[in-house]
Amino acid sequence: MTPIRSPFLRGCAASAPFVIVVVPFALLFGVVATEAGLNLLQVMLFSLSVFAGASQFAAVQLMQDQAPVLVVLATSLAVNLRMVMYSVAMTPHLGGARFGTRALMAYFLVDQSFAASQMEFERRPDQPLADKVAFFFGTVAPIAPLWFAASFAGAVVGEAIPPEYALDFAVPITFLAICAPMLRSIPHVVAAAVSIIAALLFAGLPYGTGLLLAAVLAMAAGAGAEVALTGKGQAGHED
Amino acid sequence: MKIDPLTFWIVLPVLAIGTYVIRLSFLGVLGNRPLPEGLRRALRYTAVAILPGLVAPAVLWPAATGGQTDPARLAAALVTLAVGIATRSVIGAILAGGVTLYAVLWL
Repeated sequence: MTPIRSPFLRGCAASAPFVIVVVPFALLFGVVATEAGLNLLQVMLFSLSVFAGASQFAAVQLMQDQAPVLVVLATSLAVNLRMVMYSVAMTPHLGGARFGTRALMAYFLVDQSFAASQMEFERRPDQPLADKVAFFFGTVAPIAPLWFAASFAGAVVGEAIPPEYALDFAVPITFLAICAPMLRSIPHVVAAAVSIIAALLFAGLPYGTGLLLAAVLAMAAGAGAEVALTGKGQAGHED
Repeated sequence: MKIDPLTFWIVLPVLAIGTYVIRLSFLGVLGNRPLPEGLRRALRYTAVAILPGLVAPAVLWPAATGGQTDPARLAAALVTLAVGIATRSVIGAILAGGVTLYAVLWL
């Protein structure tokens, strides 16, 4: 196998496998959001401006449940808080770029570009800044256009699906499928279990506040389990 | 229930800007500084603390059946989770869950 020289193309190759996840996920978002009453323009604005699948699904689900605006925002922003870690982890490698470039990279800092770039920069930390920036944009190239295109296709298909075929269970199945691979350590399992039990116990609380409470408890339980298991936590371990 | 347009037009810009600020935080503004270990530890569990809790009520008490626990949806959820944990494949888990849902619904 000939090694690819261009860092941009190496980035493309590194994130290409994520296409099989991104396309169906975006399609499903288009369908589910349309069935929830959003029109094509709203679906596209959503996918273009937020550009974070799990939080988009969470927001649609909560808005459909008529949760108050503040609860919708708090919950879906909390889903995206993990990206603070991505931002921290990318800074030693990409922080030397011009502000305009960093501002653009921040928009494209998603699960897939982070995962692919982090692996590359850890393996080859000494490459020039320009190469790292090119690699990062390379990881985005296969993902972002397909995310937008598949959201569009899903919204168009969703408008054609009669409501009586409502895919009410598509969202739970998708979320469970995303969560399952996250359960890679005992603290993650503890956090997920507390999240489920507390969310069920607090389901009667008004305005979706039960979920927020469950999330706080689950986060504390995960962090607590980590401390209990390792003594003082897994120092230096990136998510 | 359909999404209220006013709710949507408030949520969309705030969620978009908030998410962007989260991404920009260290890369764009705060720069190269370490994150306190306690904060780092909590952030590691944000997604896994929210997403299971978000779906749990919908699995046990689906709106489509008027809140009655439904064997098809429960089976689909368990199969999705099991296949996801066993194979680490998101798409494999979704397919397995979908097949289970329709198989039990039609049996």
